[in-house]
Amino acid sequence: MKAIKFLIVGTFFGIIMTKSEVISWFRIYEMFRFESFHMYGVIGSTVVLGVIIVQLIKRSALKSTEGQTITIEPKQMGVVRYLVGGTLFGLGWALVGACPGPLFALLGAGYWAIIIVIIGAILGTFLYGKFRKYLPH
Amino acid sequence: MDVIMQPWPWYVAGPLLASVLFLMLFFGKTFGFSSNLRHLCSMGGAGKTAEFFDYDWRKYKWNLLFLVGTVVGAFIASNFLMHNHRVDINPKTAAALVEIGINPDVDSYVPAEIFDLANLGSPKTLGILLIGGLLIGFGTRWAGGCTSGHAISGISNLQIPSIIATIGFFIGGLLMTHLLLPLIF
Repeated sequence: MKAIKFLIVGTFFGIIMTKSEVISWFRIYEMFRFESFHMYGVIGSTVVLGVIIVQLIKRSALKSTEGQTITIEPKQMGVVRYLVGGTLFGLGWALVGACPGPLFALLGAGYWAIIIVIIGAILGTFLYGKFRKYLPH
Repeated sequence: MDVIMQPWPWYVAGPLLASVLFLMLFFGKTFGFSSNLRHLCSMGGAGKTAEFFDYDWRKYKWNLLFLVGTVVGAFIASNFLMHNHRVDINPKTAAALVEIGINPDVDSYVPAEIFDLANLGSPKTLGILLIGGLLIGFGTRWAGGCTSGHAISGISNLQIPSIIATIGFFIGGLLMTHLLLPLIF
């Protein structure tokens, strides 16, 4: 089973997210009040290292385990969808204190009410898929 | 051992998350969590009513396995790798929470006022959870990604759309935290 490695990396991700408290509603609230460096440190250091990693991958033309040179498909250019969609997501993020990854981490951590949020998120995704042709992108 | 049991500081979590990004790229995939919500819709048969979900979700089994791993990892960390769920937030933040009627002094990652199962009977609590979820699902798909896909993967690749999306995330988050939350509670 080649796919098992994704289960392992996911488990690693779940542990990191839980142990660093970034799945905590309180940490998100604190972040949006700019009263702690914690969340900015987590996201910021990930991004700084991420930029370096992506640059090194590109310069060395590193091949993936699938045998192909690693490429990252760029997102289509646009403004409205990213800004408005992003803002809607931000409203939800600060309301329930979790983005999609943490929703499922909170489930694993035993916060059962998060199931309602997960149902809402799946429903929201479905509504987008249903009405996307009427939305500006 | 105690180092593991304590909450991990940002300078531990950040590099570890960057290694997750690297591993996903090295395995020939991308690091983006919210696509899973789309795959779950497709898996549930939403392809019959909307073209957006009409594809073979099995091709993305790797990402759904990542999702399952996230649940498992959080279960392991929460039950075996920590003493309690108390979050040591800034006293100023705690005071602001008390002011809007949320008790920050709890052994929990989330406030009881929103997440306590005993409150699920209240339409207000149920509404908050459901609307929060709807905004997350609708918003991330419209924006084409969430914190992992845009703020981490996208900005790591220096993509302008991801920077715009991340600015959006913060506009929404700041509006909610500073204007709406005090009205809701």
